[in-house]
Amino acid sequence: MTNIPILKEREKYIYCKGKEEFDFTCDTKSLAGSVSQRACVFCGSRVVLYPIADALHLIHGPIGCASYTWDIRGALSSGPELHRMSFSTDLRERDIIFGGEKKLYASLVQLIDTYRPNAAFVYCTCIIGIIGDDVDSVCKRVTEEKGIPVLPVHSEGFKGTKKDGYKAACESLSMLVGTGSVEDIGRYAINIMGEFNIAGEAWTIKEYYENMGLEVVAVFTGDGRVKNIKRSHGASLNVVQCSGSILRLAQIMEEKYGIPYIRVSYFGIEDMSKALYDVAAHFKDNLGIMKKTKEIVRNEIDAIYPDLLRYKKALSGRKAAIYVGGAFKAFSMIKALRSLGIDVVLAGSQTGNKDDYEVLRDMCDEGTVILDDANPLELSKYCIEKGADLFVGGVKERPIAYKLGIAFCDHNHERKISLAGYSGMINLAKEIYSSVLSPVWKFVPSKNDFLKKHDTEMMK
Amino acid sequence: MKTQEKIEYKATSNACKQCSPLGASFVFRGIERSIPLLHGSQGCSTYIRRYLISHFNEPVDIACSNFTEETAVFGGGANLKLAVENIIKQYNPELIGIATTCLSETIGEDVPMILKGYNKKNFDENFPEIVSVSTPSFSGTHIDGFHSAVRAVVDSIAVKKKISTKQINIFPGMLSPADLRHLKEIVSDFSTDYAMLPDYSDTFDGPLWTEYQEIPEGGTKIEKIASMGDAVASIEFGKILAGEESAGKLLESRFNVPCHSLGLPIGINETDAFLKALETITEKPVPEKYIQERGRLIDSYADGHKYVFEARAVVYGEEDLVIGLASFLSEIGIIPIICASGGESGLLKQKILDIIPDAEEVGIRIIEGADFVEIGEEARKIDPDFFIGNSKGYRIAREMKKPLIRVGFPIHDRLGGARIIHVGYRGAQQLFDTISNTIIATSQEASPVGYTYM
Ligand code: SF4
Ligand code: SF4
Repeated sequence: MTNIPILKEREKYIYCKGKEEFDFTCDTKSLAGSVSQRACVFCGSRVVLYPIADALHLIHGPIGCASYTWDIRGALSSGPELHRMSFSTDLRERDIIFGGEKKLYASLVQLIDTYRPNAAFVYCTCIIGIIGDDVDSVCKRVTEEKGIPVLPVHSEGFKGTKKDGYKAACESLSMLVGTGSVEDIGRYAINIMGEFNIAGEAWTIKEYYENMGLEVVAVFTGDGRVKNIKRSHGASLNVVQCSGSILRLAQIMEEKYGIPYIRVSYFGIEDMSKALYDVAAHFKDNLGIMKKTKEIVRNEIDAIYPDLLRYKKALSGRKAAIYVGGAFKAFSMIKALRSLGIDVVLAGSQTGNKDDYEVLRDMCDEGTVILDDANPLELSKYCIEKGADLFVGGVKERPIAYKLGIAFCDHNHERKISLAGYSGMINLAKEIYSSVLSPVWKFVPSKNDFLKKHDTEMMK
Repeated sequence: MKTQEKIEYKATSNACKQCSPLGASFVFRGIERSIPLLHGSQGCSTYIRRYLISHFNEPVDIACSNFTEETAVFGGGANLKLAVENIIKQYNPELIGIATTCLSETIGEDVPMILKGYNKKNFDENFPEIVSVSTPSFSGTHIDGFHSAVRAVVDSIAVKKKISTKQINIFPGMLSPADLRHLKEIVSDFSTDYAMLPDYSDTFDGPLWTEYQEIPEGGTKIEKIASMGDAVASIEFGKILAGEESAGKLLESRFNVPCHSLGLPIGINETDAFLKALETITEKPVPEKYIQERGRLIDSYADGHKYVFEARAVVYGEEDLVIGLASFLSEIGIIPIICASGGESGLLKQKILDIIPDAEEVGIRIIEGADFVEIGEEARKIDPDFFIGNSKGYRIAREMKKPLIRVGFPIHDRLGGARIIHVGYRGAQQLFDTISNTIIATSQEASPVGYTYM
């Protein structure tokens, strides 16, 4: 035990798997004064739309929202890199008083003329509604004048959580879908959704599908192009990854165009293989696809297996804490870590919902702590109490792990190493291995000191 | 005074500035057992935390009052109070520093009003000090947030108890933890008492924990801030700051504590001015240690002067940092051919001209309110030798195949941002060696011969 305090209101967001009844709260706004690891609605929209590399992304608001999100994601592009620029209307006092529409209009015109994008997204940040800007009509006007789609994204930070930002992004995307020609799209065509091409991951995945004999119409949104998105309704299946960041769009496309979707994950051998098999199974009328899939899976696994065993031997018996954005990622991560012989003692997410957490609970071992929208104190407390040797998370969790003397593996959007697919599994193992087995940890004041210290205090 | 903006609508592309609450968070982090709280919506605090974490590689807890849709309509009073209560329960701080965000400013939140009566007197002795500062980002950058927070802290905590003390108040500005550590060393070597605000040298650059720390150890002690009204003098760095309402000036007008406004002590000239001020205030000579350090620095200037002479540098960052670097560069013969800042005090040009009177003839371009697209455009026109500034200039430098010497904040693409030392003779030494060696390395690499001597 530690004496790190947990807020009363937060207790229902924390569950330790055991005999206790699973009475768990999640999917709510963060508690005031609890240092949540979540960002805002705008962040959710940015995550989804950001990798579209030939679109202009203009952040309408004061400077910070744009400044802090400049080039912070590792989403790669094979061509244009407009997404790596940070554009802001940089509103000032005058604009707050008189409204920002004029500045928005002028900025759009100037930027479109300079960079010639194929579409533009205008992100509304917190104060936009409050100062009364009619962003929709400015976007409409510029669309007409410039002849490219200029789409508002209603992502005011305080109007919900990151998930609402996903939705807002999907709604903007849905205005693009269906506006292109689908003429030359074949029967066995899919869209890859919820894959953002961090460190080139989408390219790996796309290659698998293409080798299976499938055509990939659009990737949402890794290495994304406006043209592909416009014609994506020509696909016959949407393959959706990730914790629902783009689920809303898949639903819209199902309603509107009758395109079914399946949910997959590309992390870890188990889920990766399942993804390919599930997609192959969808195209029942073409047995060749399944045949090729089996071949691919076999070859890929054969290629990495010896290395994997070597890492497993070195890592077996370690204990990991996982804290990620979406719960879906946590599921895959638990399986992937298990395949390396690592047990998960803490698992949490920023945006999981009730169903997600039920799955998570069923997956976890007895004694595992499950957390929704955790704060640094809670993460530290359970890492210490559960004796974690490894933390899998993002930038904001990294220093917590290191301060506690715990190894760390980055599994966020800013990473530079591909963790998806079969090769990604080896990269993951290597990442974990190079942190867990580093000799530097022997200089760290032992984690057990935290516990010992407390025990002696208790005895006094 | 800010200059009146021209009514010319232009987007900012790749900003060379951050927003005000970030600066305020630096300050609140630099006070002992203090925690920053942003009044507004979740994203701002999380993004700022992330930005700071990427530079310092330290856990950074910044709380937030987490606005919801209802809050934005009915006001954030209840959320703010709840946040304060929850922070007390978790962190048990001695001070909560509240900074507003654009959202709370736009809906007209009056934090002091909301928290009226929320103080030690009405609760118990353990109730923390609460300091609030207004930091709308639409009327200033991170450096304005920084200075406003310093001023707000002094305004609400400093008193005059009429006790006799030799305390000197130091307002260092937004420097690195290594800088702050060095400044403390210098002042201590004058055997005098001091209060430096803020002091995040430990809280943003600490060792691994041997014991869990809700709030990292270190920071300016609150009683030291309280006794600022009794100090013999204040020293405040920043030539732009000198033209603004500052903590030093507040202490001067309210408690008659004389304020010495100096430039950031970067390079020999400005460090000399700093040590002279300390000499005057303490009536003690500059310690031998610094005479020696200065001597070695000049010796190295002599050894390396030819390599750097008339090299042309693109300098960018906060206005006061740019002025400090320009002063240092010009004293070693380097031309700061572009001096650019995202700040818009309206004073940058004049301050650069004060240091380099022939700046215009030499062709030095001084750009206020700059963004990185503009800096890149200007830089491409003049083919500079190197860039000096934070990580965010890397893409331009890379594109132009010119070296970037990383200083200031943020350093997001290298380790050790917290350990860069800019100030004092020691800082000048480090900068001088880095710059000369960068220039030497560039010509060595370009040479077909590849000499192993200079
Ligand atoms: S809204 Fe204002 S305070 Fe928040 S991140 Fe944007 S600029 Fe900064
Ligand atoms: S102002 Fe709103 S949109 Fe911008 S970062 Fe803050 S919470 Fe997010």
